[in-house]
Amino acid sequence: MSKYPISEQEVNVLLNDVWERYGYDFTEYAPASINRRVNHLFQMDRFPSFAEYRYRIISDPGYAMRFVEEITVNVTEMFRDPSFYQVLRTHVLPVLATYPFIRVWHAGCSTGEEVYSVAILLKEAGLLQKSVIYATDINVSVLEKGRKGLFRLSQMQQYSRNYMEAGGREDFSSYYTANYEYAKFREDLGEKIIFSPHNLVTDGSFNEFQLIICRNVLIYFNKKLQDRVLTLFSDSLEQLGFLALGSKETLSFTSVTRKFRQLDNREKIWRKMQL
Amino acid sequence: MTTAPYLIVIGGSAGGLQPVLHLLPALNASINAAIIIVLHRPSHYESLLTDLLSTRSVLPVKEAPEKEPLLPGVVYIAPADYHLLIERDHTLSLDASEKVNFSRPSIDVTFSSAALAYRNNMAAILLSGANNDGVEGLTDVHEAGGTTAVQDPATAEVDYMPRHAIEQAPVDIVLQPSEMAAFINEMGGI
Repeated sequence: MSKYPISEQEVNVLLNDVWERYGYDFTEYAPASINRRVNHLFQMDRFPSFAEYRYRIISDPGYAMRFVEEITVNVTEMFRDPSFYQVLRTHVLPVLATYPFIRVWHAGCSTGEEVYSVAILLKEAGLLQKSVIYATDINVSVLEKGRKGLFRLSQMQQYSRNYMEAGGREDFSSYYTANYEYAKFREDLGEKIIFSPHNLVTDGSFNEFQLIICRNVLIYFNKKLQDRVLTLFSDSLEQLGFLALGSKETLSFTSVTRKFRQLDNREKIWRKMQL
Repeated sequence: MTTAPYLIVIGGSAGGLQPVLHLLPALNASINAAIIIVLHRPSHYESLLTDLLSTRSVLPVKEAPEKEPLLPGVVYIAPADYHLLIERDHTLSLDASEKVNFSRPSIDVTFSSAALAYRNNMAAILLSGANNDGVEGLTDVHEAGGTTAVQDPATAEVDYMPRHAIEQAPVDIVLQPSEMAAFINEMGGI
């Protein structure tokens, strides 16, 4: 059986339903990935026909939320791309340290693994006390997971390796306590994180930040939406603020390119040079 | 800028690198097709792979850049830890979602999305490997009217993947590694 039983036109019908009825706009997402995930969910939940799939989405708000959660990607890990966190530690935090108060926006944070990674870096630099991290995502249920600070214990070996590769010198296991199959991260790390829903497609700016982190989110958007979201980030950054993207994402060939200068290394971190 | 009118996607797992190294030097520089290579490997060897393949190729080799158009005469490498998808408008999209067949990049993901975008104007070649990734994708390519090719299992370092493809998917042609460059050149209008 083909992996794409639902046609692209049918996918667009569903996306329009979700937009009109529930206010989630996926119509400017890159079609190939969204198409694949809409089809995958159709097969996973064993719908006999497109009509029944559509009816369930329209008539059952609970299922519509499942649809939103499943067609967005929530794969993440702590200290993902260790060299990125290394540069954050050595080149960005020393600059942030000069501010009396540090505001970080982590957009598209999913279940929070990377947010806690940033909190650990701030903690080790002695900056967490004067910081606030706004961690946002479109998906309400992943935020709830992040708020709990519970991550799978089975992942900790990998995360500990990432942490060390990122230049971590402490005993990584001192940051959590094992609780059955979960690692519960320390309260003092979570205290400075505010998890809150925010939709990059439809919501605006809500503060001015010195650091905005948005990794592996823009890849799911089409060019036009990428441009709009990058403008939102640019408008939400202070002069000389930092913007950090995923390892395959770039500011090159976008409308905000001229306002930013990339840090002098191979990581995807830019600094805002003009307002 | 005109995107490539024809696409060739090559997928390989364990033992898949050898045939790729063999075919690259014999590709024709004026080929009128884009070539995508999806190879399973540990993420650490990332840049090494693109560098290695560059040294063997007359065509430019680069890691598939997000949202850029597929151009004729360019060899694109699927980056480690991302799935590579093809948009209907012949641009490239990356996706960091769950592994498929224990793999990211997954050959199935690229084959199937390429089939939707390029229909009968594509060919898929499945090489040596120890898992099932790519077998379903070959079926999608075939159903969309594309051409499907598989490395002769007798020449594969690990014959599991090509053997399963021949048993389970509609395969148009079985190729020796020495025949692959000529096949690709011909598909690309040479």
